[in-house]
Amino acid sequence: MTDPLLVEGRAWVFGDEVNTDDMYPGFAMRLPVAEAARHMFDASRPDWPGLVEPGDIVVGGRNFGLGSSRPVALLFRELGVGALVAERFNTLFLRNCVNYGLPALTVPGIAGAVREGDRLRVDVRAGELTDLATGTTHAGTPLPDFLADIIQAGGLIPRLEASGHLRPTL
Amino acid sequence: MPDTLIAKVLRGASGGGPVEPGDIVVCDVEMTVLLDLQFGHDRLGDVVAVHDPDKIAVVMDHAVPAPSIRDAESGRRARAFAAAHGISRFFDIGNHGIVHQVIAEQGLARPGTVLACTDSHTCAAGAFGAAARGLGPAEVLQIVCTGRTWHQVPPTYRYELTGAKHPWVNGKDVFLHVAGAYGEATGHALEFGGPGLATVPMSDRRTIATQGAEVGADFTIFPADRICLDHLSATAPEATPLEPDEGAAYAAVRTVDLDQVSPMVALPGTVIGNAGPVGDVAGTKVDQAFIGSCANGQLTDLETAARVLKGHRVASGTRLIVTPASQRIYAQASRLGYLADLVEAGATVTNPTCGACFGYHMGVLAAGEVCITASTRNFKGRMGSPDAEVYMASPATVAVSAIRGVISDVRELDGVPA
Repeated sequence: MTDPLLVEGRAWVFGDEVNTDDMYPGFAMRLPVAEAARHMFDASRPDWPGLVEPGDIVVGGRNFGLGSSRPVALLFRELGVGALVAERFNTLFLRNCVNYGLPALTVPGIAGAVREGDRLRVDVRAGELTDLATGTTHAGTPLPDFLADIIQAGGLIPRLEASGHLRPTL
Repeated sequence: MPDTLIAKVLRGASGGGPVEPGDIVVCDVEMTVLLDLQFGHDRLGDVVAVHDPDKIAVVMDHAVPAPSIRDAESGRRARAFAAAHGISRFFDIGNHGIVHQVIAEQGLARPGTVLACTDSHTCAAGAFGAAARGLGPAEVLQIVCTGRTWHQVPPTYRYELTGAKHPWVNGKDVFLHVAGAYGEATGHALEFGGPGLATVPMSDRRTIATQGAEVGADFTIFPADRICLDHLSATAPEATPLEPDEGAAYAAVRTVDLDQVSPMVALPGTVIGNAGPVGDVAGTKVDQAFIGSCANGQLTDLETAARVLKGHRVASGTRLIVTPASQRIYAQASRLGYLADLVEAGATVTNPTCGACFGYHMGVLAAGEVCITASTRNFKGRMGSPDAEVYMASPATVAVSAIRGVISDVRELDGVPA
């Protein structure tokens, strides 16, 4: 089985302060996750959900994910996004990524350092990003091990099932 | 080492050992609050046993009364969950309110404790000296089962308040002043204190604490001073004073002279480095004016709106929506005559809900429309169409702008006592 914390894919580059309401619009909260995912970035880049492919990597700037607690990570996962990388994540947003099993890595200065379409390799546990188009490696801030472990387990839900806190779905 | 306020609370909740910024601590959670939307797609129905039904509350707020069948199903599941797990603190429609208002009214957040809730504005409870922040639905699900969570002790920006707040100045103006001047605070706590705090009542502290999420702060926290403890005397009489230690280390100490804070407006998009005095945008035509939300749907906000609107009419071409933050406020505002003043002036008063604030129901904006809101967020698309523009201001500024039909300075309105 492949390690979810080792991701290789094509980069989509977003800017600073991309907020949750853009990623997961209020009206989409009425919809099942699969449909809601079709409305990601409705306010800034509405064609993106039709362009992104499984395994792609989303790169953001400062304060990525400012805003609400809505579980945006579920929508990224629905579209098959392999990992998020940002210069700095909003901490609530980052918790949601970890808790829903979406690999996320903080890499200072990254939004200005990679180009859209570059092939990237992200090692979340080691805290390292390599731009395969340029051969450049960027040092990130590794997550504490206990958070990396949660991502590796697929998020909190499978763990709560395994520990007997949650009845498994059939 | 001397503690900042947030370090003191997190240390106490995690066993009492010394902590410093960057440390990750595992905390006992004193109160966990669930809300209606969580029952839509989370696995709460599969919980085998809650850790302690007396430490859990369920509040119906975001989508009530149900605007869709999906939301109605969430309500049904919430009721079933409360019944199945013996949760007595269940605030169903008619006995409900926006979660952060209910927390305040019921004394669910006490100084020095950790409170958990999915919602990003959970930091509102920091007005009572609680360590509270938005955690997301999966994590809250875990806390429901285990009663514990982790927090990273953040470095703190200290806001030292001096001077005295002018009566027309709301907590919203103080917050927008801070957000405009100092910008984002990602990964930090905001701590308020200083001699000027004595002129800032609990209602304004709650507005400021609520909005801390908008600059990306992990926590916003106030001391439990005399004003706070008096406020809690009915709901949490056992609460004791909470102050930061003398000599605590801060990432920055910023002095805010309240004498210099005037009515403020945030421009559309964000509050971060994007707010200025109301005069900067006075005259901007508004289609919708909104007073409500966990930030500014409090009784004092409705009183202010009623005082400004009494004897006036909402301008033709402008609509004013007022959403009391809870059923209790709704009833009080009704008894005190505020609702009559608002409705007779042409306002639409809705039932308590998060509704218009997050663009879900009861006040959604069309493309090209301009809104001035006293709610929590002014992101593009937040309150409806991504082609609408949302300005943010205090309830007084929103109310006077509704009368004039353009963004206006409440201090220019004749004959209204501050």
